[in-house]
Amino acid sequence: MTEFLMPSLGADMEAATVVEWRVKPGDAVKRGDIVAAVETDKGIIDIEVFEEGILQQILVPVGEKVSVGAVLAIFNGADQKSSKPPADPVEKEQPKPVPEPTQADQNAVPTPTAEKSTQRISPAAKKRAKALSVDLANVKGTGAQGAITTADVEQAAGNAKPDAMRQAIASAMSRSKQEIPHYYLATTVDMTDTLDWLAEKNASLPVQARRVYAVLLIKAVALALVEVPELNGYWVDGQFESSDQVNVGMAISLRQGGLIAPALHDVQGKTLDTLMAEFRDLVNRARAGRVSRAEFTEASVTVSSLGEQGVEMMYSIIHPPQVAIVSFGSVIERPWCVDGAVVPRKLMNVSLAADHRASDGHRGALFLNHVSQYLQQPELL
Amino acid sequence: MSNQRESGTGETTYREAIRAAIREAMLEDPRVFLMGEDVGRYGGCYAVSKGLYEEFGPERVRDTPLSESVFVGAGIGAALGGMRPIVEVMSINFSLLCMDQIVNNAATIQHMSGGQFNIPLVIRMATGAGLQLAAQHSHSLEVLYAHIPGIRVVAPATLEDARGMLATALEDPDPVLIFEHAGLYNRPGQIAADAGAVDIDRAVVRRKGEDVTLITYGGSLYKTLDAAAALAEQGIHAEVIDLRSLRPLDEATLLDSVRRTQRAVVVDEGWRSGSLAAEVMARISEQAFYDLDAPLARVCSEEVPIPYAKHMEQAALPQTETIINTVKKCFGDRND
Repeated sequence: MTEFLMPSLGADMEAATVVEWRVKPGDAVKRGDIVAAVETDKGIIDIEVFEEGILQQILVPVGEKVSVGAVLAIFNGADQKSSKPPADPVEKEQPKPVPEPTQADQNAVPTPTAEKSTQRISPAAKKRAKALSVDLANVKGTGAQGAITTADVEQAAGNAKPDAMRQAIASAMSRSKQEIPHYYLATTVDMTDTLDWLAEKNASLPVQARRVYAVLLIKAVALALVEVPELNGYWVDGQFESSDQVNVGMAISLRQGGLIAPALHDVQGKTLDTLMAEFRDLVNRARAGRVSRAEFTEASVTVSSLGEQGVEMMYSIIHPPQVAIVSFGSVIERPWCVDGAVVPRKLMNVSLAADHRASDGHRGALFLNHVSQYLQQPELL
Repeated sequence: MSNQRESGTGETTYREAIRAAIREAMLEDPRVFLMGEDVGRYGGCYAVSKGLYEEFGPERVRDTPLSESVFVGAGIGAALGGMRPIVEVMSINFSLLCMDQIVNNAATIQHMSGGQFNIPLVIRMATGAGLQLAAQHSHSLEVLYAHIPGIRVVAPATLEDARGMLATALEDPDPVLIFEHAGLYNRPGQIAADAGAVDIDRAVVRRKGEDVTLITYGGSLYKTLDAAAALAEQGIHAEVIDLRSLRPLDEATLLDSVRRTQRAVVVDEGWRSGSLAAEVMARISEQAFYDLDAPLARVCSEEVPIPYAKHMEQAALPQTETIINTVKKCFGDRND
């Protein structure tokens, strides 16, 4: 009988975790066979057996960490003479691991170790990777000193994530359609003059300061909500709680699939320039998966648009516990009657889906009216 | 208005807030008295005690000989005798002359007497640079005292703390050292009319943030808050913690924040080697290592005697810009 011990794989190694057994009880092994893999501080290293025999019993299961010299398994040696006397394990633990190139050329130690040790991984990222089962070998580090950070790990886990996100969307939307009596209103806004105004303003601004018209939409919604506050807030425990701030959640689709709606806070009081900067920042961070909890949970209303994809009109589902969602279609040039003449104008549809428990269609109509008016008087925004 | 000034509430300064705290303590407790170099007739080197001599007289506002060892020792004796002395040491550099009294007597007597004698002594001193007072009046040596068991070390940075820490320190049965950053004395501001005693053992979050924790105290607080404001505009939301108590350190507040933000930068006007920043970083890595997403970092003073020349002095001290740059490095590529 031979004891198979945790080898010392370097002078500073004290312990390692068994991550794999490649043999099972009853298997025959010969000198040089890789029988297990262990994880040390330096990475995962294959360990070999130095004697011939049959595996009788595995004493340390996968996942357990033991010190150098601990008995990992028992072999029934074919060659009893060569087995060391089972004395003090610390003394007899020298199965000469790494520097044995003469035999066992298949000793697979160096490659994985070398690669692992060059990649820096933050302690938090390592923990996160374990929790999310992310293989760090395929993750690119973007943190300090090139280290893999939790954000990198979470991004790498992104492909697995939409499932969780899908679940969240599914339950929120089901709940909304089951609980919230939606009513829908829509109107058409003539955006021609406003877009001209915007183009003129932008012409004098550096590229990075230029405003996109989405910001006008968000601001117009916020100002209109100040006048129709029963659309801005939450339906909680059977009653409406209005919100003092207008925190506009923006539905943002993610490249890897799914949808989130982080909020711009306190929109009604901010200038277009401030909003533009915050809007850009929020979209970038949302796509990078870096949105704060407050931004996620504090939206008091949502704005959505599929205009860029050519959708002319959308009727959205309210995100509970909010009580309204405002949707914008794409801006399309169409024939339109102005002062009795048919002229080409740039038109955009806007729709409101609102919770009938919190407001009535009359107020919703007033709100859409305000949105339309603000959008046609951009200097008020 | 003058009433408000006297009570150190409403529109006030750091200096006036401390004076109001001393005055209030002396009015409330006849055992309290102030002593130190030039605290009486001259009104204090930094004018903190201006007017107190006239109000309370030479018995209770005592000018001392220029011998730190003597008057701090006398303070220890007075405390042993049942008084509640407030001893002002003009500058932290000079406190090295009375370090023997502080370290070997004030900090040890309770222990060595088997708990029979407490030393309810408060020592105030000015610390820090930025006023072109050169290398013998500008250092930040508070870490030397934060090393010593048996004393409590606090550093008020805000007007509220300047106003409120003294009363709590006087309540404490053991020695408390209060380090006032010399650059803060003129700092103006508003404090509540009912501002009063504050705790002296907790760190406080002065700004909320979720991306990185900036840990600082005393005179560096405002530079750090400015850095956090500038960083916010660049999309990095820094949490700023004011340590307030340098000994003991409020680990719970630090660790709670760092575990959320996963990054920490310590800003400390002391020199890097053996600094308070080093101690804070060590404790974070001892207890929150696996929550860290970037190496810990710090911004300290250059390892030189603090220079006299203004541009060189400023270059030697932590500055808002260096704090911003150090924080950005914690984020690697993300902010290139």
